[in-house]
Amino acid sequence: MIRYLLLRLLQMAAVLALMSFIIYALIGLMPGDPIDVMISANPHLTSTDAARLKALYGLDRPLLERYFAWGEAALGGDFGYSRLYVKPAVEVLLPRLGVTALLMLSSFGVALALALPLGIAAARRPGSWFDRLVNLAAFAGISVPSFWLALMLILIFAVTLGLLPAGGIATVGDGGLGDRARHLVLPVMTLSLASVGGHLRYMRAAMIETLRQDYVRTARAKGASEARVLIGHALRNALIPVITVVALSFGSLFSGALITETMFAYPGMGKLIYDAVLGNDFNLALAGLMLATAMTLLANLLADLAYAAVDPRISLK
Amino acid sequence: MLAGAMRRALCFFLGLLLCVANHARSEPRPADQLSIGVTQYPSTLNPLIDEMVAKSYVLAMTRRPLTTFDADWQLVCMLCVRLPSFENGLAEPLDLPGGKKGVRLTFELQPGARWGDGVDLTTADVLFSYAVGKDPQSGVANAELYRRIIRIEAKDAKTFTLDIDKLTFDYAALNDFEILPAHLERAAFADPAQYRIRTRYDTDPTNPGLYYGPYRITELSPGSHIVLERNPSWWGKPPYFKRIIVWTVENTAALEANLLAHGIDMVAGELGFSLDEALAFEKRHGQEFHVLYKPGLTYEHVDLDLDNPILADQRVRQALLFAIDRQAITKALFAGRDPVADSFVPPLDWVYTDQVARYPFDPGRARALLEAAGWRAQGSEVRRNASGQKLSLELATTAGNRTRELVEEVLQSQWREVGVEIRLRNQPARVLFGQSLTRRKFEMAMFAWISAPENVPRAMLRSDEIPNAGNGWSGENFPGFRDAEADKLIDDIEIELDRDKRALLWHRLEALYAEKLPALPLYFRADAFVLPPWLEGVRPTGHQYPTTLWVEDWRAVGRVLGSAR
Repeated sequence: MIRYLLLRLLQMAAVLALMSFIIYALIGLMPGDPIDVMISANPHLTSTDAARLKALYGLDRPLLERYFAWGEAALGGDFGYSRLYVKPAVEVLLPRLGVTALLMLSSFGVALALALPLGIAAARRPGSWFDRLVNLAAFAGISVPSFWLALMLILIFAVTLGLLPAGGIATVGDGGLGDRARHLVLPVMTLSLASVGGHLRYMRAAMIETLRQDYVRTARAKGASEARVLIGHALRNALIPVITVVALSFGSLFSGALITETMFAYPGMGKLIYDAVLGNDFNLALAGLMLATAMTLLANLLADLAYAAVDPRISLK
Repeated sequence: MLAGAMRRALCFFLGLLLCVANHARSEPRPADQLSIGVTQYPSTLNPLIDEMVAKSYVLAMTRRPLTTFDADWQLVCMLCVRLPSFENGLAEPLDLPGGKKGVRLTFELQPGARWGDGVDLTTADVLFSYAVGKDPQSGVANAELYRRIIRIEAKDAKTFTLDIDKLTFDYAALNDFEILPAHLERAAFADPAQYRIRTRYDTDPTNPGLYYGPYRITELSPGSHIVLERNPSWWGKPPYFKRIIVWTVENTAALEANLLAHGIDMVAGELGFSLDEALAFEKRHGQEFHVLYKPGLTYEHVDLDLDNPILADQRVRQALLFAIDRQAITKALFAGRDPVADSFVPPLDWVYTDQVARYPFDPGRARALLEAAGWRAQGSEVRRNASGQKLSLELATTAGNRTRELVEEVLQSQWREVGVEIRLRNQPARVLFGQSLTRRKFEMAMFAWISAPENVPRAMLRSDEIPNAGNGWSGENFPGFRDAEADKLIDDIEIELDRDKRALLWHRLEALYAEKLPALPLYFRADAFVLPPWLEGVRPTGHQYPTTLWVEDWRAVGRVLGSAR
């Protein structure tokens, strides 16, 4: 087990190093550096200004040289300064990470809280009116574009009913727990409604498959209650594919939700990373994307460990 | 059992929703608070580093430039007491080595001007700001003004003189000279190369001593909002609103929803709805809001690559302009609020003239000009020249800009009517501005300029401003326009102090531009300000200096309070 963990951690380090280079190269190869864009927007900038600013921001050095300099500093824990926000990249990232984690974990929790019981209930009687209704709702959730859903929710709950704020994370001068929760409701609804369908469909399919197994029939023949059959016998096995899907979604929790954040003026990681990439803010973009990559890799490792925990047939060596 | 659990879960969520909703209804909005929606968040608050509209908009409430252009496009003093002129003796000609003419200006700072922490704003701050501005390591984007100042001297705590290396007609305009608090920023500037990351505007942005306008920044939530509150040290007219919150909502549909939900009170014209969005909004909600339109200096046009063999022919350029119905475009898309452009000078600028070549919609003349240029019609096919080459051109604009893409489609279809094929090649803004235009890799490109009143188009039209590898791809003469007369006119305009004589030079430059057509003028874009009916005193400027420079004139009259954000 320890050998397995060490091997996986080594693999993660290699993937992270490779990803850092790919991300750096991709951003660096995008046409037009920030000074080029600045020149085109400001008729007073001269070639002297352009050369001076490029040297100041290190943009006059070859890409590979810049990458190795960044890598060396990053190994020492220094992820550099954000060019856009004029602050250490980590200092810019951390507050956004907190905001994003709250939003994404809430919506993830709500989505799972809805998807798992609904998926199980639908799987009990496939083809029944309830199953069809749940499937219809799941497909609607998957198909509706999140920007449209966000707008509709804003129009209903903020504009028409005036019940909830249309955006932001807190009221200026308030910022209490209730106020923050109120600002969280619509973005969480948007994100969870969009993702609940996918999780629900996985749960339903896995449960239907499991309920057909001989050991489930045996459990029923032995007179086990329906709840015991479902929860005690079937659910544990049905959870394995669901864990995979949930683990894959976990990484996205820390990379944010660009569209939802933009619609609700929610200052999270998605928007930050997007702006950093477009603004050629290497340090900030790298720190954000590396964090998301690390979280995805970690979630996959946790998923592998969870397989072993829920299914005794699986052992990690 | 499961159904019961689901019912309980549903009841819990509904209960939670009602609970938070009830909490929402109970909050009153303070009467002396104004919430403004904008579509951009400033990345830095240091006035010298980087240039962003969002930063100018917010900082204009917290600081005042020495001089600026007002809503009537007149140069006025803000932080200074009197505009220097030769008549009042505050400007004097200066003989410089090599027979050059410079100018010495004397400025007196407002006697009551103080920083937000109560420290007097003095000439020590002016000298410090100059030192930061001219230092090549400090990260100042636009160092041109500081380079032009050859000497600066403090006469006393409130009076200083500065020598400028060239006597130009706009000698008194020190609009972009940004003053920094020496008592707070000097430590950050100890190592000039580190200044941009140590400046207190970014490390301690709520420090009151950084601001000297009617408001100071008291709270920031990066990417979300900035809170400004009255500055007790402000020397001028007391502002009406106790608190102003500038919210960033980048998506304009969400911005509209926020406005309707009373999450914000107004949308800034400088950074808000596009004109077509504002027109649509006015149709739906014109009863509840005032929509002000201010045509201005944003010049929408199509730059042409004059080194392209097809576009090098002036007859082709003229034919392209005759072939498009710009009047109908602005009428249909912008309700006629964007005036059609005859040249790069807008009708509101005092140097404007209508005595230039005009190009009304005339497909017949367009066809005749193309025939004369050797492009023969092939029935309904695309025209070809004697060697069989198709009259086919590429048009680029900023991808995702709905208005431009709409205009582009109309232009494409109108040019097709006269036998010109247009291939659309839209690009993200950073590619178009950062690569295609600066490296001159385009045939036709539709975009806009924004400038100040009577802005000399040196960077856009002078032949030595054509971007190339030799000048580090700087300059904005993207079409590659080379005209000795235009070069001379630009030089002469800059140094002509007599208004009447200068007006004549301007008129000739406009006529030359309209005749040679290095770019196809389309229209001057109007800004749309969406304001609540109770808000008075907002005067759109139409130029690059924002309305918030006069924020102390804004007031609420007969305000009915909505729900709080």
